[in-house]
Amino acid sequence: MKSNPIANLGNTGLYVLTDLGRMTLFLLKAFRGIFRKPFRFKELVRQVNFIGVGSLSVIFFTAASTGLVLGLQGYYSLNKFGAEGMLGSAVSLTLIMELGPVLTALMVAGRAGSAMCAELGIMRISEQIDALDCMAVDPFRYLITPKFIAALISVPLLTVIFDVVGIAGGYVAGVSLMDVSPGSYIEGMRSSVTNHDIRLGIIKSFVFALLVVWICTGRGYFVREIRGAGFGAESVSRVTTQAVVLSSISVLVFDYLLTAVLL
Amino acid sequence: MTSAIEFIDVSKTFAKKDGTVQTVLDSVSFSIPAGKTTVIAGGSGSGKSVTLKIVLGLMRANSGRVLVQGNDVTGAKGKELEALRTQFGVLFQGSALFDSLTVFENVALPLRERTKKTEEEIGNQVHASLSQFELDGHEDKYPAQLSGGMKKRVGLARAMQLKPAIMLFDEPTTGLDPVMAQEIYQLFAKTQSEFGFTSVIVSHDIPKIFNLADRVIILNRGSMDVFSSPEEIQWSEKPHIREFVKMTMGDIYQSHLVEI
Repeated sequence: MKSNPIANLGNTGLYVLTDLGRMTLFLLKAFRGIFRKPFRFKELVRQVNFIGVGSLSVIFFTAASTGLVLGLQGYYSLNKFGAEGMLGSAVSLTLIMELGPVLTALMVAGRAGSAMCAELGIMRISEQIDALDCMAVDPFRYLITPKFIAALISVPLLTVIFDVVGIAGGYVAGVSLMDVSPGSYIEGMRSSVTNHDIRLGIIKSFVFALLVVWICTGRGYFVREIRGAGFGAESVSRVTTQAVVLSSISVLVFDYLLTAVLL
Repeated sequence: MTSAIEFIDVSKTFAKKDGTVQTVLDSVSFSIPAGKTTVIAGGSGSGKSVTLKIVLGLMRANSGRVLVQGNDVTGAKGKELEALRTQFGVLFQGSALFDSLTVFENVALPLRERTKKTEEEIGNQVHASLSQFELDGHEDKYPAQLSGGMKKRVGLARAMQLKPAIMLFDEPTTGLDPVMAQEIYQLFAKTQSEFGFTSVIVSHDIPKIFNLADRVIILNRGSMDVFSSPEEIQWSEKPHIREFVKMTMGDIYQSHLVEI
Protein backbone atom coordinates (compact mmCIF):
# COMPACT_ATOMS: atom_id res chain seq x y z
CA MET A 1 0.00 0.00 0.00
CA LYS A 2 1.32 3.45 -0.96
CA SER A 3 2.08 5.52 2.11
CA ASN A 4 0.29 8.83 2.47
CA PRO A 5 2.51 11.47 4.15
CA ILE A 6 -0.45 13.33 5.66
CA ALA A 7 -1.89 10.10 7.05
CA ASN A 8 1.53 9.19 8.44
CA LEU A 9 1.81 12.60 10.09
CA GLY A 10 -1.66 12.19 11.58
CA ASN A 11 -0.82 8.69 12.82
CA THR A 12 2.39 9.95 14.41
CA GLY A 13 0.53 12.82 16.07
CA LEU A 14 -2.10 10.46 17.45
CA TYR A 15 0.60 8.06 18.66
CA VAL A 16 2.48 10.86 20.47
CA LEU A 17 -0.73 12.11 22.14
CA THR A 18 -1.71 8.56 23.16
CA ASP A 19 1.77 7.93 24.52
CA LEU A 20 1.75 11.17 26.51
CA GLY A 21 -1.65 10.33 27.96
CA ARG A 22 -0.53 6.80 28.81
CA MET A 23 2.63 8.06 30.50
CA THR A 24 0.74 10.74 32.47
CA LEU A 25 -1.70 8.14 33.82
CA PHE A 26 1.28 5.92 34.60
CA LEU A 27 2.83 8.72 36.69
CA LEU A 28 -0.42 9.34 38.59
CA LYS A 29 -0.89 5.61 39.30
CA ALA A 30 2.72 5.34 40.50
CA PHE A 31 2.09 8.08 43.09
CA ARG A 32 -1.31 6.62 44.00
CA GLY A 33 0.59 3.44 44.93
CA ILE A 34 2.10 5.28 47.93
CA PHE A 35 -1.33 5.33 49.61
CA ARG A 36 -2.24 1.71 48.82
CA LYS A 37 -1.69 -1.01 51.39
CA PRO A 38 0.32 -3.07 52.14
CA PHE A 39 3.29 -0.76 51.56
CA ARG A 40 6.36 -2.73 50.45
CA PHE A 41 8.98 -1.30 52.78
CA LYS A 42 11.48 -4.15 52.20
CA GLU A 43 11.25 -3.63 48.45
CA LEU A 44 11.83 0.11 48.96
CA VAL A 45 15.02 -0.65 50.95
CA ARG A 46 16.11 -3.10 48.21
CA GLN A 47 15.58 -0.44 45.54
CA VAL A 48 17.41 2.26 47.54
CA ASN A 49 20.27 -0.22 47.85
CA PHE A 50 20.19 -0.91 44.11
CA ILE A 51 19.77 2.66 42.84
CA GLY A 52 21.67 4.48 45.59
CA VAL A 53 24.32 2.24 47.15
CA GLY A 54 24.90 0.39 43.87
CA SER A 55 25.63 3.67 42.06
CA LEU A 56 28.11 4.96 44.66
CA SER A 57 31.27 3.76 42.90
CA VAL A 58 30.31 5.13 39.47
CA ILE A 59 29.25 8.44 41.06
CA PHE A 60 32.50 8.62 43.04
CA PHE A 61 34.74 8.09 39.98
CA THR A 62 32.69 10.41 37.75
CA ALA A 63 32.70 13.13 40.43
CA ALA A 64 36.41 12.77 41.13
CA SER A 65 37.42 12.99 37.48
CA THR A 66 35.00 15.88 36.84
CA GLY A 67 36.37 17.78 39.85
CA LEU A 68 39.98 17.17 38.82
CA VAL A 69 39.33 18.32 35.25
CA LEU A 70 37.38 21.37 36.44
CA GLY A 71 40.27 22.21 38.78
CA LEU A 72 42.86 22.02 36.01
CA GLN A 73 40.73 23.72 33.33
CA GLY A 74 39.56 26.38 35.78
CA TYR A 75 43.12 27.10 36.88
CA TYR A 76 44.25 27.36 33.24
CA SER A 77 41.50 29.87 32.40
CA LEU A 78 41.58 31.92 35.60
CA ASN A 79 45.39 32.10 35.58
CA LYS A 80 45.20 34.14 32.37
CA PHE A 81 43.44 36.88 34.32
CA GLY A 82 45.41 36.40 37.52
CA ALA A 83 42.24 35.20 39.24
CA GLU A 84 43.36 31.72 40.48
CA GLY A 85 41.88 32.66 43.86
CA MET A 86 38.42 32.28 42.32
CA LEU A 87 39.01 28.59 41.55
CA GLY A 88 37.10 27.34 44.62
CA SER A 89 34.16 29.53 43.72
CA ALA A 90 34.11 28.44 40.04
CA VAL A 91 34.45 24.71 40.77
CA SER A 92 31.87 24.60 43.57
CA LEU A 93 29.23 26.70 41.79
CA THR A 94 29.60 24.70 38.58
CA LEU A 95 29.28 21.42 40.44
CA ILE A 96 26.49 22.35 42.85
CA MET A 97 24.25 24.11 40.33
CA GLU A 98 24.91 22.22 37.11
CA LEU A 99 27.27 19.30 36.78
CA GLY A 100 26.42 17.55 40.04
CA PRO A 101 22.68 17.10 39.40
CA VAL A 102 23.05 16.55 35.64
CA LEU A 103 25.91 14.02 35.67
CA THR A 104 24.41 12.14 38.63
CA ALA A 105 21.09 11.82 36.81
CA LEU A 106 22.82 10.68 33.59
CA MET A 107 24.85 8.06 35.48
CA VAL A 108 21.74 6.78 37.30
CA ALA A 109 19.84 6.64 33.99
CA GLY A 110 22.63 4.61 32.41
CA ARG A 111 23.13 2.23 35.33
CA ALA A 112 19.86 1.85 37.25
CA GLY A 113 17.36 3.29 34.75
CA SER A 114 18.32 0.83 32.03
CA ALA A 115 18.10 -2.07 34.49
CA MET A 116 14.66 -0.99 35.73
CA CYS A 117 13.40 -0.63 32.16
CA ALA A 118 14.73 -4.04 31.10
CA GLU A 119 13.36 -5.73 34.25
CA LEU A 120 9.84 -4.38 33.69
CA GLY A 121 10.01 -5.09 29.95
CA ILE A 122 10.91 -8.73 30.59
CA MET A 123 8.18 -8.98 33.23
CA ARG A 124 5.70 -7.62 30.71
CA ILE A 125 6.60 -9.93 27.81
CA SER A 126 6.74 -12.99 30.08
CA GLU A 127 3.23 -12.15 31.42
CA GLN A 128 4.47 -11.60 35.00
CA ILE A 129 2.72 -8.21 35.13
CA ASP A 130 -0.47 -9.79 33.71
CA ALA A 131 -0.17 -12.42 36.45
CA LEU A 132 -0.15 -9.66 39.10
CA ASP A 133 -3.22 -8.08 37.50
CA CYS A 134 -4.99 -11.45 37.47
CA MET A 135 -4.22 -11.98 41.17
CA ALA A 136 -5.83 -8.56 41.80
CA VAL A 137 -2.45 -7.24 42.98
CA ASP A 138 -1.88 -3.63 41.86
CA PRO A 139 1.31 -3.76 39.74
CA PHE A 140 1.95 -0.09 40.43
CA ARG A 141 1.97 -0.49 44.21
CA TYR A 142 3.89 -3.76 43.92
CA LEU A 143 6.51 -2.87 41.30
CA ILE A 144 6.58 0.79 40.30
CA THR A 145 5.98 2.88 43.45
CA PRO A 146 8.98 1.47 45.39
CA LYS A 147 11.23 2.35 42.43
CA PHE A 148 9.84 5.90 42.29
CA ILE A 149 10.33 6.55 46.01
CA ALA A 150 13.77 4.92 45.98
CA ALA A 151 14.89 7.13 43.08
CA LEU A 152 13.54 10.27 44.78
CA ILE A 153 15.50 9.37 47.93
CA SER A 154 18.70 8.14 46.27
CA VAL A 155 19.37 10.61 43.45
CA PRO A 156 19.45 13.80 45.60
CA LEU A 157 21.75 12.02 48.10
CA LEU A 158 24.01 10.81 45.27
CA THR A 159 24.04 14.39 43.94
CA VAL A 160 25.26 15.71 47.30
CA ILE A 161 27.99 13.04 47.33
CA PHE A 162 28.90 13.97 43.74
CA ASP A 163 29.21 17.65 44.74
CA VAL A 164 31.41 16.89 47.76
CA VAL A 165 33.71 14.49 45.89
CA GLY A 166 33.89 16.85 42.87
CA ILE A 167 34.81 19.85 45.04
CA ALA A 168 37.47 17.70 46.73
CA GLY A 169 38.78 16.73 43.25
CA GLY A 170 38.96 20.41 42.30
CA TYR A 171 40.88 21.08 45.54
CA VAL A 172 43.40 18.32 44.73
CA ALA A 173 43.91 19.66 41.19
CA GLY A 174 44.10 23.31 42.19
CA VAL A 175 45.89 23.17 45.53
CA SER A 176 48.02 20.00 45.37
CA LEU A 177 48.92 19.97 41.66
CA MET A 178 48.87 23.72 40.90
CA ASP A 179 49.80 26.61 43.18
CA VAL A 180 46.41 27.79 44.44
CA SER A 181 46.46 28.40 48.18
CA PRO A 182 44.15 26.19 50.29
CA GLY A 183 42.71 29.20 52.07
CA SER A 184 41.66 31.01 48.88
CA TYR A 185 40.07 27.83 47.46
CA ILE A 186 37.98 27.27 50.63
CA GLU A 187 37.19 30.95 51.16
CA GLY A 188 36.22 31.40 47.48
CA MET A 189 33.78 28.54 47.85
CA ARG A 190 32.40 29.76 51.20
CA SER A 191 31.83 33.31 50.03
CA SER A 192 30.19 32.53 46.68
CA VAL A 193 27.96 29.50 47.32
CA THR A 194 24.60 30.58 48.77
CA ASN A 195 21.65 28.60 50.11
CA HIS A 196 19.80 29.51 46.91
CA ASP A 197 22.48 27.78 44.81
CA ILE A 198 22.32 24.63 46.93
CA ARG A 199 18.51 24.67 46.81
CA LEU A 200 18.60 24.98 43.01
CA GLY A 201 20.90 21.95 42.76
CA ILE A 202 18.69 19.87 45.06
CA ILE A 203 15.47 20.86 43.24
CA LYS A 204 17.13 19.87 39.97
CA SER A 205 18.17 16.51 41.37
CA PHE A 206 14.57 15.75 42.49
CA VAL A 207 13.18 16.69 39.07
CA PHE A 208 15.85 14.67 37.25
CA ALA A 209 15.23 11.65 39.51
CA LEU A 210 11.53 11.82 38.68
CA LEU A 211 12.23 12.12 34.94
CA VAL A 212 14.66 9.18 34.89
CA VAL A 213 12.52 6.80 36.96
CA TRP A 214 9.30 7.83 35.17
CA ILE A 215 10.64 7.40 31.65
CA CYS A 216 12.64 4.23 32.35
CA THR A 217 9.90 2.37 34.26
CA GLY A 218 7.19 3.66 31.91
CA ARG A 219 8.98 2.49 28.76
CA GLY A 220 9.56 -0.94 30.25
CA TYR A 221 5.98 -1.24 31.51
CA PHE A 222 4.54 -0.30 28.09
CA VAL A 223 7.05 -2.29 26.03
CA ARG A 224 4.24 -3.85 23.98
CA GLU A 225 2.73 -0.46 23.14
CA ILE A 226 5.90 1.26 21.91
CA ARG A 227 5.73 1.79 18.17
CA GLY A 228 8.52 0.13 16.22
CA ALA A 229 9.87 -1.74 19.24
CA GLY A 230 9.23 -5.16 17.69
CA PHE A 231 8.57 -8.25 19.74
CA GLY A 232 10.18 -10.41 22.42
CA ALA A 233 13.74 -9.89 23.62
CA GLU A 234 14.44 -7.46 20.77
CA SER A 235 11.63 -5.17 21.94
CA VAL A 236 13.11 -5.05 25.45
CA SER A 237 16.59 -4.15 24.16
CA ARG A 238 15.21 -1.43 21.85
CA VAL A 239 12.96 0.06 24.49
CA THR A 240 15.79 0.04 27.05
CA THR A 241 18.01 1.99 24.66
CA GLN A 242 15.14 4.36 23.95
CA ALA A 243 14.49 4.87 27.67
CA VAL A 244 18.11 5.80 28.43
CA VAL A 245 18.34 8.18 25.45
CA LEU A 246 14.96 9.78 26.18
CA SER A 247 15.63 10.23 29.89
CA SER A 248 19.12 11.67 29.22
CA ILE A 249 17.75 14.20 26.72
CA SER A 250 14.91 15.09 29.11
CA VAL A 251 17.44 15.73 31.89
CA LEU A 252 19.41 18.11 29.65
CA VAL A 253 16.29 19.95 28.42
CA PHE A 254 14.87 20.32 31.93
CA ASP A 255 18.29 21.45 33.19
CA TYR A 256 18.06 24.46 30.88
CA LEU A 257 14.40 25.13 31.75
CA LEU A 258 14.97 24.93 35.51
CA THR A 259 18.08 27.10 35.31
CA ALA A 260 16.19 29.70 33.27
CA VAL A 261 13.23 29.72 35.69
CA LEU A 262 14.94 29.34 39.08
CA LEU A 263 18.30 31.10 38.66
CA MET B 1 -27.16 -25.87 34.31
CA THR B 2 -25.84 -22.56 35.74
CA SER B 3 -23.27 -20.59 33.77
CA ALA B 4 -19.95 -19.55 35.23
CA ILE B 5 -19.16 -17.26 32.30
CA GLU B 6 -21.48 -15.95 29.61
CA PHE B 7 -20.64 -13.93 26.48
CA ILE B 8 -23.60 -12.14 24.86
CA ASP B 9 -22.99 -10.71 21.37
CA VAL B 10 -19.38 -9.85 22.17
CA SER B 11 -17.30 -8.26 19.41
CA LYS B 12 -13.65 -7.31 19.43
CA THR B 13 -11.75 -5.59 16.63
CA PHE B 14 -8.18 -4.39 16.26
CA ALA B 15 -6.89 -1.61 14.03
CA LYS B 16 -4.12 -2.85 11.75
CA LYS B 17 -1.09 -0.83 10.67
CA ASP B 18 -2.45 -0.37 7.12
CA GLY B 19 -5.57 1.32 8.52
CA THR B 20 -7.88 -1.67 8.05
CA VAL B 21 -9.80 -3.33 10.89
CA GLN B 22 -9.36 -6.95 11.93
CA THR B 23 -12.39 -8.57 13.55
CA VAL B 24 -11.28 -11.17 16.08
CA LEU B 25 -14.67 -11.83 17.73
CA ASP B 26 -17.77 -11.08 15.68
CA SER B 27 -20.84 -10.85 17.89
CA VAL B 28 -20.18 -14.18 19.60
CA SER B 29 -22.41 -15.63 22.30
CA PHE B 30 -21.70 -18.68 24.43
CA SER B 31 -21.89 -19.86 28.00
CA ILE B 32 -19.43 -21.86 30.07
CA PRO B 33 -21.20 -24.21 32.51
CA ALA B 34 -20.21 -24.05 36.18
CA GLY B 35 -18.16 -26.94 37.58
CA LYS B 36 -17.37 -28.36 34.13
CA THR B 37 -14.35 -28.24 31.81
CA THR B 38 -14.70 -26.22 28.64
CA VAL B 39 -12.01 -26.28 25.98
CA ILE B 40 -11.58 -23.29 23.67
CA ALA B 41 -9.73 -24.33 20.53
CA GLY B 42 -8.89 -22.70 17.22
CA GLY B 43 -6.01 -21.73 14.98
CA SER B 44 -3.47 -18.99 15.65
CA GLY B 45 -5.06 -15.55 15.74
CA SER B 46 -8.56 -16.99 16.10
CA GLY B 47 -9.21 -15.02 19.30
CA LYS B 48 -8.68 -17.66 21.99
CA SER B 49 -6.35 -15.57 24.15
CA VAL B 50 -8.40 -12.43 23.44
CA THR B 51 -11.44 -14.25 24.85
CA LEU B 52 -9.53 -15.02 28.06
CA LYS B 53 -8.27 -11.44 28.32
CA ILE B 54 -11.80 -10.06 27.95
CA VAL B 55 -13.03 -12.41 30.70
CA LEU B 56 -10.24 -11.19 33.00
CA GLY B 57 -10.77 -7.52 32.19
CA LEU B 58 -7.25 -7.24 30.71
CA MET B 59 -8.88 -6.20 27.43
CA ARG B 60 -12.22 -4.54 26.69
CA ALA B 61 -14.76 -5.76 24.13
CA ASN B 62 -16.00 -3.23 21.55
CA SER B 63 -19.59 -4.30 22.15
CA GLY B 64 -21.64 -6.95 23.91
CA ARG B 65 -21.91 -8.09 27.52
CA VAL B 66 -19.85 -10.42 29.69
CA LEU B 67 -21.39 -12.10 32.72
CA VAL B 68 -19.34 -13.87 35.39
CA GLN B 69 -21.27 -15.95 37.94
CA GLY B 70 -24.39 -14.10 36.79
CA ASN B 71 -22.95 -10.60 37.37
CA ASP B 72 -22.53 -8.21 34.48
CA VAL B 73 -18.83 -7.30 34.50
CA THR B 74 -18.72 -5.53 31.13
CA GLY B 75 -16.45 -2.52 31.53
CA ALA B 76 -15.71 -3.32 35.19
CA LYS B 77 -12.95 -1.20 36.73
CA GLY B 78 -11.42 -0.32 40.08
CA LYS B 79 -12.75 -2.30 43.05
CA GLU B 80 -15.31 -4.09 40.86
CA LEU B 81 -12.53 -5.37 38.60
CA GLU B 82 -10.47 -6.44 41.63
CA ALA B 83 -13.46 -8.35 43.00
CA LEU B 84 -13.98 -9.99 39.59
CA ARG B 85 -10.36 -11.13 39.41
CA THR B 86 -10.40 -12.71 42.85
CA GLN B 87 -12.84 -15.27 41.43
CA PHE B 88 -10.25 -16.45 38.90
CA GLY B 89 -7.07 -18.47 38.99
CA VAL B 90 -4.94 -18.28 35.87
CA LEU B 91 -2.22 -20.61 34.60
CA PHE B 92 -0.32 -18.74 31.91
CA GLN B 93 1.31 -20.20 28.82
CA GLY B 94 4.81 -19.59 30.16
CA SER B 95 3.70 -20.06 33.80
CA ALA B 96 4.50 -16.34 34.46
CA LEU B 97 6.42 -17.10 37.65
CA PHE B 98 8.30 -14.18 39.17
CA ASP B 99 11.96 -14.71 38.25
CA SER B 100 13.34 -12.98 41.32
CA LEU B 101 11.20 -14.96 43.79
CA THR B 102 11.73 -18.54 44.98
CA VAL B 103 9.11 -21.26 44.50
CA PHE B 104 7.90 -20.68 48.07
CA GLU B 105 7.67 -16.91 47.59
CA ASN B 106 5.86 -17.30 44.26
CA VAL B 107 3.20 -19.54 45.79
CA ALA B 108 2.94 -17.38 48.91
CA LEU B 109 2.56 -14.12 46.94
CA PRO B 110 -1.26 -14.12 46.56
CA LEU B 111 -1.64 -14.98 50.25
CA ARG B 112 0.72 -12.20 51.35
CA GLU B 113 -0.86 -9.63 49.07
CA ARG B 114 -4.53 -10.55 49.21
CA THR B 115 -5.11 -11.99 52.71
CA LYS B 116 -4.39 -11.01 56.29
CA LYS B 117 -2.92 -14.40 57.21
CA THR B 118 0.14 -14.52 59.46
CA GLU B 119 3.49 -15.71 58.07
CA GLU B 120 3.04 -18.95 60.03
CA GLU B 121 -0.36 -19.62 58.46
CA ILE B 122 0.98 -18.75 55.02
CA GLY B 123 3.97 -21.05 55.54
CA ASN B 124 1.72 -23.95 56.55
CA GLN B 125 -0.64 -23.46 53.62
CA VAL B 126 2.17 -23.09 51.07
CA HIS B 127 4.03 -26.17 52.31
CA ALA B 128 0.83 -28.23 52.20
CA SER B 129 0.18 -26.99 48.69
CA LEU B 130 3.72 -27.75 47.53
CA SER B 131 3.35 -31.31 48.86
CA GLN B 132 0.04 -31.69 47.05
CA PHE B 133 1.67 -30.67 43.76
CA GLU B 134 4.73 -32.86 44.37
CA LEU B 135 7.09 -29.93 44.81
CA ASP B 136 8.58 -30.89 48.18
CA GLY B 137 12.23 -29.94 48.47
CA HIS B 138 12.02 -27.30 45.72
CA GLU B 139 10.84 -24.43 47.94
CA ASP B 140 14.09 -22.47 47.74
CA LYS B 141 14.69 -22.89 44.02
CA TYR B 142 14.18 -20.06 41.55
CA PRO B 143 12.03 -20.50 38.41
CA ALA B 144 15.15 -20.60 36.21
CA GLN B 145 16.23 -23.76 38.08
CA LEU B 146 12.97 -25.63 37.35
CA SER B 147 11.91 -27.83 34.41
CA GLY B 148 8.94 -26.80 32.27
CA GLY B 149 6.62 -29.28 33.99
CA MET B 150 7.65 -28.11 37.45
CA LYS B 151 7.05 -24.49 36.46
CA LYS B 152 3.51 -25.43 35.43
CA ARG B 153 2.94 -27.16 38.77
CA VAL B 154 4.24 -24.13 40.68
CA GLY B 155 1.99 -21.89 38.52
CA LEU B 156 -0.98 -24.13 39.29
CA ALA B 157 -0.15 -24.18 43.02
CA ARG B 158 0.05 -20.37 43.01
CA ALA B 159 -3.24 -20.04 41.12
CA MET B 160 -4.99 -22.34 43.60
CA GLN B 161 -3.99 -20.46 46.78
CA LEU B 162 -7.06 -18.23 46.94
CA LYS B 163 -9.37 -21.14 46.00
CA PRO B 164 -10.77 -19.64 42.80
CA ALA B 165 -14.23 -20.51 41.49
CA ILE B 166 -12.97 -20.50 37.91
CA MET B 167 -9.57 -21.65 36.59
CA LEU B 168 -8.34 -20.38 33.24
CA PHE B 169 -5.56 -22.34 31.52
CA ASP B 170 -3.85 -20.55 28.63
CA GLU B 171 -2.06 -23.11 26.42
CA PRO B 172 -1.04 -25.06 29.53
CA THR B 173 1.18 -27.67 27.85
CA THR B 174 3.06 -25.49 25.37
CA GLY B 175 6.73 -26.47 25.38
CA LEU B 176 6.20 -29.74 27.28
CA ASP B 177 6.97 -33.20 25.96
CA PRO B 178 3.95 -35.53 25.44
CA VAL B 179 4.62 -37.52 28.65
CA MET B 180 4.87 -34.37 30.76
CA ALA B 181 1.80 -32.90 29.03
CA GLN B 182 -0.17 -36.02 29.92
CA GLU B 183 0.97 -35.75 33.55
CA ILE B 184 -0.09 -32.11 33.68
CA TYR B 185 -3.57 -32.95 32.30
CA GLN B 186 -3.95 -35.69 34.90
CA LEU B 187 -2.98 -33.18 37.55
CA PHE B 188 -5.64 -30.73 36.23
CA ALA B 189 -8.30 -33.44 36.37
CA LYS B 190 -7.28 -34.48 39.89
CA THR B 191 -7.17 -30.87 41.13
CA GLN B 192 -10.54 -30.08 39.58
CA SER B 193 -12.24 -33.11 41.14
CA GLU B 194 -10.76 -32.07 44.49
CA PHE B 195 -11.62 -28.35 44.38
CA GLY B 196 -14.67 -28.47 42.08
CA PHE B 197 -13.80 -25.31 40.14
CA THR B 198 -14.93 -24.44 36.62
CA SER B 199 -12.15 -25.04 34.07
CA VAL B 200 -11.61 -23.12 30.87
CA ILE B 201 -8.71 -24.50 28.83
CA VAL B 202 -7.33 -22.74 25.77
CA SER B 203 -5.16 -25.21 23.92
CA HIS B 204 -3.69 -26.40 20.65
CA ASP B 205 -3.07 -29.86 22.12
CA ILE B 206 -6.46 -31.04 20.89
CA PRO B 207 -6.38 -34.86 21.11
CA LYS B 208 -5.18 -34.95 24.73
CA ILE B 209 -7.29 -32.08 25.97
CA PHE B 210 -10.48 -33.57 24.53
CA ASN B 211 -10.32 -36.36 27.10
CA LEU B 212 -10.85 -33.71 29.77
CA ALA B 213 -13.48 -31.65 27.96
CA ASP B 214 -17.17 -31.57 28.81
CA ARG B 215 -17.79 -28.89 26.21
CA VAL B 216 -15.75 -27.63 23.24
CA ILE B 217 -15.78 -24.20 21.63
CA ILE B 218 -13.99 -23.82 18.31
CA LEU B 219 -13.14 -20.28 17.23
CA ASN B 220 -12.67 -19.50 13.56
CA ARG B 221 -12.27 -16.05 11.96
CA GLY B 222 -14.43 -14.18 14.42
CA SER B 223 -17.20 -16.76 14.68
CA MET B 224 -17.51 -19.78 16.97
CA ASP B 225 -19.02 -23.24 17.08
CA VAL B 226 -20.07 -24.79 20.37
CA PHE B 227 -20.16 -28.56 20.84
CA SER B 228 -21.74 -30.17 23.87
CA SER B 229 -19.18 -32.99 23.76
CA PRO B 230 -15.86 -33.65 22.01
CA GLU B 231 -17.36 -36.57 20.11
CA GLU B 232 -19.95 -34.29 18.54
CA ILE B 233 -17.21 -32.49 16.61
CA GLN B 234 -16.49 -35.39 14.28
CA TRP B 235 -20.09 -35.34 13.01
CA SER B 236 -20.00 -31.67 12.06
CA GLU B 237 -20.55 -31.06 8.36
CA LYS B 238 -19.00 -27.58 8.41
CA PRO B 239 -15.92 -27.56 6.15
CA HIS B 240 -13.76 -25.50 8.53
CA ILE B 241 -14.54 -27.86 11.41
CA ARG B 242 -13.73 -30.92 9.31
CA GLU B 243 -10.49 -29.25 8.23
CA PHE B 244 -9.69 -28.43 11.87
CA VAL B 245 -10.32 -32.03 12.92
CA LYS B 246 -8.04 -33.33 10.16
CA MET B 247 -5.30 -30.82 10.95
CA THR B 248 -5.23 -31.20 14.70
CA MET B 249 -6.59 -34.58 15.70
CA GLY B 250 -4.84 -36.81 13.19
CA ASP B 251 -5.37 -40.50 13.70
CA ILE B 252 -7.52 -40.24 16.79
CA TYR B 253 -10.65 -39.04 15.02
CA GLN B 254 -9.75 -39.06 11.34
CA SER B 255 -10.74 -42.69 10.88
CA HIS B 256 -14.22 -41.86 12.17
CA LEU B 257 -14.77 -38.88 9.89
CA VAL B 258 -17.91 -39.25 7.92
CA GLU B 259 -17.42 -38.61 4.22
CA ILE B 260 -19.78 -35.96 2.90
